[in-house]
Amino acid sequence: MKNIVKYLLVGFIFGIVLTKSEAVSWYRIYEMFHFQSFHMYGIISVAILTGIIGIQIIKRNNIKDIKGESIEIPDKEKGSARYWIGGLFFGLGWALVGSCPGPIFILLGAGFWTVLLVLFGALVGTYLYGLLKSKLPH
Amino acid sequence: MNVIFQTWSWYISGFLIGMIMLCLIYFGKSFGMSSNLRSLCSMAGLGKRVAFFDFDWKAQRWNLVVVLGAMLGGFVAVHFMSDASNVAINPQTISQLAALGIDAPNGKLVPDALFGNSILESPKSIFILLIGGILIGFGSRYAGGCTSGHAISGLSNLQIPSLKAVIGFFIGGLIMAHLLLPLIVK
Repeated sequence: MKNIVKYLLVGFIFGIVLTKSEAVSWYRIYEMFHFQSFHMYGIISVAILTGIIGIQIIKRNNIKDIKGESIEIPDKEKGSARYWIGGLFFGLGWALVGSCPGPIFILLGAGFWTVLLVLFGALVGTYLYGLLKSKLPH
Repeated sequence: MNVIFQTWSWYISGFLIGMIMLCLIYFGKSFGMSSNLRSLCSMAGLGKRVAFFDFDWKAQRWNLVVVLGAMLGGFVAVHFMSDASNVAINPQTISQLAALGIDAPNGKLVPDALFGNSILESPKSIFILLIGGILIGFGSRYAGGCTSGHAISGLSNLQIPSLKAVIGFFIGGLIMAHLLLPLIVK
């Protein structure tokens, strides 16, 4: 129960921050890809900067996680094709419907029902990847 | 009380998003939203047909709880923390969108032209949202992550694969925003 509350709360704050920063807005994504505002670039840069500093503090001080176990952040698998090609596909979708997976859920929660079509598409896309995985270059 | 209703600045928002990622690391988890799509496929029983979905999704339940929280957060933020001053995008962007037949924000997060209920009467509009979703779902799983998993988590941990994915996101995004979108929505 305590676990559920903990994750629910993190998600709740995430939903509020992404909405209030307007990172869930189709307009903000369009504006970003047209280099007409610094807003989205600022959000992403500060998030990464905060993350880099935080992770360095965790690593250098051997900070333990909530259960007292040492924190291991696994490296991403090596490779190229999957990142370039997969990334390209993702970017095409991101700029078309203006939402990445987090915002899809957040917008749905906020009551934008037509986003259900995007979620359904995203599930189909995920399924297609699972189906074709062995045939794709990674 | 303006602090609640106005658009949150990029530095506060960016910092909070970074802290959310660090918080999940402290909980012994990782920040990544698109993996929930795989969990949902698995929950739907697709693991019987495709091996990729035959995994222990119950171990990922915590992430689905994060999603539920995010949906509640979205609901509260839109219904109780918004006003007409929101989504004040560049006027140049607004006139560019007007030329494409897309309505100005006026406080709205998404344009009616693409997300309003009336789009359900247009097969083309339905198709746009479905295709966009398919590209997002396929691309994020192929690349092994999305904006949260690669751009925020991966780059914060100085991962070269994530840098490749993020450059891929931007190449794809620029192609769509500049070349394809004008053709699609016109």
